[in-house]
Amino acid sequence: MVALQETVERVKRIDVDQYRYGFETLIDSEKAPKGLSEETVKFISQKKNEPAWMLQWRLEAYRRWLTMTEPTWARVNYPKIDFQDIYYYAAPKPKKTVSSLDEIDPEILKTYEKLGIPLREVAMLEGIEPKVGEQDPAQRKIAVDAVFDSVSVATTFKAELKKAGVIFMPISEAIREHPELVQKYLGSVVPTSDNFYATLNSAVFSDGSFVYVPPGVRCPMELSTYFRINERNTGQFERTLIIADKGSYVSYLEGCTAPQRDENQLHAAVVELVALDDAEIKYSTVQNWYPGNSEGKGGIYNFVTKRGDCRGNHSKISWTQVETGSAITWKYPSCILRGDNSRGEFYSIAISNGFQQVDSGTKMIHLGKNTSSRIISKGIAAGKSQNTYRGLVTAHRKATGARNFTACDSLLIGDKCGAHTVPYIEAKNSSATFEHEATTSKISEDVLFYCVQRGLSQEEAVGLVVNGFVKQVLQRLPMEFAVEAQKLIAISLDGSVG
Amino acid sequence: MKQVLVKADAERPMGNVFAAARGRLPGAGPVPQIRERAFENYERTGLPHRRMEDWKYTDLRALIGEVLPLAPRPDAEALVRAKVSVKQVAADQAVKLVLVDGIFAPELSDLSDLENEVVVRSLREVLENSATGAMAGLVLSTTSDPAISLNAAMATDGLVITVADGNALERPIQIVHVATGLSVSTFTRCYLQLGKGAHAAIVESFVPAERASGYQANDAIIALVGDEASLSYIRVAAAASDAVNISSAIIAVGARAKLDLFSMTCSGSISRYQEFITLAGEGTKLSANGVNLIRDRLHADTTIVVDHAMPHCTSREKFRAVVDDCGRSVFQGRIIVRPAARNTDATLTTRALLLSDQGEVDNKPELEILADDVTCGHGATSGALDDTLVFYLRARGLPEKDAQMLLIKAFIGESIEEITSENLRDFVTAQAEHWLQAGR
Repeated sequence: MVALQETVERVKRIDVDQYRYGFETLIDSEKAPKGLSEETVKFISQKKNEPAWMLQWRLEAYRRWLTMTEPTWARVNYPKIDFQDIYYYAAPKPKKTVSSLDEIDPEILKTYEKLGIPLREVAMLEGIEPKVGEQDPAQRKIAVDAVFDSVSVATTFKAELKKAGVIFMPISEAIREHPELVQKYLGSVVPTSDNFYATLNSAVFSDGSFVYVPPGVRCPMELSTYFRINERNTGQFERTLIIADKGSYVSYLEGCTAPQRDENQLHAAVVELVALDDAEIKYSTVQNWYPGNSEGKGGIYNFVTKRGDCRGNHSKISWTQVETGSAITWKYPSCILRGDNSRGEFYSIAISNGFQQVDSGTKMIHLGKNTSSRIISKGIAAGKSQNTYRGLVTAHRKATGARNFTACDSLLIGDKCGAHTVPYIEAKNSSATFEHEATTSKISEDVLFYCVQRGLSQEEAVGLVVNGFVKQVLQRLPMEFAVEAQKLIAISLDGSVG
Repeated sequence: MKQVLVKADAERPMGNVFAAARGRLPGAGPVPQIRERAFENYERTGLPHRRMEDWKYTDLRALIGEVLPLAPRPDAEALVRAKVSVKQVAADQAVKLVLVDGIFAPELSDLSDLENEVVVRSLREVLENSATGAMAGLVLSTTSDPAISLNAAMATDGLVITVADGNALERPIQIVHVATGLSVSTFTRCYLQLGKGAHAAIVESFVPAERASGYQANDAIIALVGDEASLSYIRVAAAASDAVNISSAIIAVGARAKLDLFSMTCSGSISRYQEFITLAGEGTKLSANGVNLIRDRLHADTTIVVDHAMPHCTSREKFRAVVDDCGRSVFQGRIIVRPAARNTDATLTTRALLLSDQGEVDNKPELEILADDVTCGHGATSGALDDTLVFYLRARGLPEKDAQMLLIKAFIGESIEEITSENLRDFVTAQAEHWLQAGR
């Protein structure tokens, strides 16, 4: 087929090379010595002024990590990672507090501009209060926590959130200021012994966000974290902990980018969500780490453990993710449905191009009575990428009335890529009802022909079909992200269609 | 510090089982060496365990722990007991070939009824005859799977069936495996070669004789199906309630052929049936179906891997499981579409019916797609009997038990109905019915 040949050539010509966020910011930074040892762990803990219990927690994780081996079951191939060749801590040199836009380090300012964050948002990111009357009333507020390499550089709207009783701060601060909450919940969803990368994270995590929403509070604005890896040879190990107390609601967004480099960089984050009785957490991610160049060189290894615990009755956790970046993605945002009548949701779009490898999916673990879950996963593979959906749905003995619906569809663009589906469906209760369906196909020639005949170019036609394909998931994203995600999808697939 | 997977103590003596049996294993020329290599392959992993992705749900290390010593040659008394069992499972009109405790029993087989178009030899004869030694490598071929490697190393006997090009068999051939022993293991291997345009129907049955218990049966069948050939292969496993049955089928199919596969597991303690089908020619149609009927503490695992290597092939899989008591049904279905396999049309559905809260159903339907011009899909469901349907039937005067029975029959019927030969369909239906009645 002519179109296919064209596709292949175009993929070769452009594909992942057009990553927009691949620039590097030249600023002074402070690093821990290279490599991982008890000293490194102590160094990080000291840098963060952590209490003794936290250091102990880290050291225990580190010692356990030493006894573990890397998991190999995922459908991804990469050279062995040398864990001693990584900087585990890198922080921009501290600068004096700024009170107006003009005083901000122009380099950082440029970084935010290039990342496409509008100026007003920059003001917020850098911790400057907007002048009264300047704010556009139509614009919705988003509180942002910006994590630059290993540290959180700024958190906005802290005061306003505080009025509502919501705690939103870097986790390093939370460890000092709210030790009782951190001690109670940290590691309670993803224990330090959970898996190789989660254990590594527990030992060396440097920063991340902490959110606590008190009982009955509906968080007045969207919370957001923007992760940026900048420094060479570093790994980013952030840790996010979100607790929604009884009857509360919070929506949290997460975005990530990194410079374009030849080497592979490791990003091993842990995200823990706890929803108590009647609480709801909505967690959205737009992941756009550098995917490597057209030869598959460089890019981020995104090995992330994300898990939500619906601990209370009638609680709800919803994951939405748009995965377009990273050389390798290995990520399974999961829900433990512990409380009766709790609900878990997972909406995902995973797009791979070039030499990207994606092994992503979810786990829905039904423990409580009348729990329900829904999984909608859309995978799009182009170029020479491999895209795998791997998901577990399980109902335990006491999970009477558990319900799950899963639909995972894959779309193949080009004949050098692969799309795989590996669901695990385990039912130990007769009243559990599970439905799973999956399809894989290429874009139908008929549909394309129809669009082209009506005046669309081939690319526009594919764009239209793909947008229709992923619409179901995009609709779940908060407004601000949906626009960005839609653009991302267009970029990721640009040039991969004939 | 690295974690080393320590082999369970229980399987260490396995080397001894092979060493002890070696003198009794038939084979001339290259055969002993082939067996040695196969055993080395097996030794690399030992008994399959849950860390092996393909055996995730059937951890033989935990379930059986060790391989039992090889069964002795059946004596006259055992043959008498076997004869009774053969009679019970005989399929209508089929030509029976009987293997007792892993040894071909010509006296119980209908060799004289065989049609002229088919050549049947015992595996022992083929392996020991130096003239046919060249075939040994083919007959004893292995994959990376440890159960198949172990089978190649230990196979005591079996059947080598060849149907020449263009020949069609009128009557089905039924291979009956009978176990008579106590706490012993048997290893059988059959080899089937279907020439270009040939037609055949093979039924394989596994049954215990009276007083047989605690045995382990490991069987393998290798089938080469030529271009434009047509094969129906039906497998029914009904092991003793405390016995282990591990069966593997490796099937390679040529172009424009037609394959109709069905497997049913309805008793035993631990059962694993794995089917590896490679569609190596264009335009072949495959239908691979099965049913697990599970009661008591039976753990039954059916794993079907369909490998689409060539373009324009169609595959359909329908699997049904009914689980009662503390049973556990596992279904793993993988569809692989290779880069060359354009225009592949493959679908798989697996549905499970859980009748008790102690039972468990594990489904793993997988798609591995490496070509873009394909239509592939799978569906999986699990749940209980629909109360409204039961109510509907009861409202029309059916007792509750009968209503449930009818619904279960319809449920597994969806898969059984795919068997094209009416005669064989009736045979399977009767066996399923027998299972249903036993549960009343």
